[in-house]
Amino acid sequence: MLRVFEFLAGLLFGLGLILSGMTNPAKVLGFLDLFGQWDPSLAFVMGGAILVGIFAFAVAKKRTTNFFGGALHLPKSTHIDKRLVIGSLMFGVGWGLAGFCPGPVLVSMAAGHEKALIFVVAMLVGMMGFEIAERAQSSKKS
Amino acid sequence: MNIDWAHFTPWSSLSGGIILGVASALFILMNGRVLGISGILGGLLPPKAGDTFWRLAFLAGMFASPWIFNLLAPTEFITTPQIDADLVMLVIAGLLVGIGTRYGSGCTSGHGVCGLSRMSPRSLVATLSFMAAGFLTVYVVRHLI
Repeated sequence: MLRVFEFLAGLLFGLGLILSGMTNPAKVLGFLDLFGQWDPSLAFVMGGAILVGIFAFAVAKKRTTNFFGGALHLPKSTHIDKRLVIGSLMFGVGWGLAGFCPGPVLVSMAAGHEKALIFVVAMLVGMMGFEIAERAQSSKKS
Repeated sequence: MNIDWAHFTPWSSLSGGIILGVASALFILMNGRVLGISGILGGLLPPKAGDTFWRLAFLAGMFASPWIFNLLAPTEFITTPQIDADLVMLVIAGLLVGIGTRYGSGCTSGHGVCGLSRMSPRSLVATLSFMAAGFLTVYVVRHLI
């Protein structure tokens, strides 16, 4: 049906990551190296994205459906808990070790970089491990 | 603090960022969901009936992007990424990113771009946490060890 928009969004997102420099781990680490030779470029990536995003989400917040009349799933959770902080800290350490976050590493893998593929496999194992642990936890509770 | 002017690319980074914003805008308004890579990917593990095809369509677009970029972009914009991490480091980092983004419900796209755009305090806390951890990790790796 309207999956062409998902494809387009994925394509645009990938192009944006490449143009911005996010798919180059050396550049990402240059940004994270605040106390060395610091490359502030990636702050401009975030700034540019939020500049557009603010308008889009202001529109979305006033709507109850998406443009096709389907459901609009804005996150409802506002709870700041240990999971959020610990998970984000773990992610940040991994990001700082290799210079890859989930989007850029997928693009880099698709471009044929073997090291990106290794990272993606480990990342998927981590995600699946999390899923399995969550299920074991919730079945224990019920 | 020393600024690395030689690698500083404000214009291409700003333009790339604006494109990320446009993609996120398209996604929330057309698909009705927050564009978050770890969430889109995590929702496929395992795939659920009726909730899979749009995720694959999005990923297909991402996978096509480097090829289309190389076709369209002027040669001076095409750079070869430099990946310094060795195998062990890649595996440890990948595991941490996989578990961490699921446990913390998001990554740079979902919490960083979309979360800050919708002014979510939860995403602000997440973004500050992973940024701080990233800065600290690079500091330890590059300047302490």
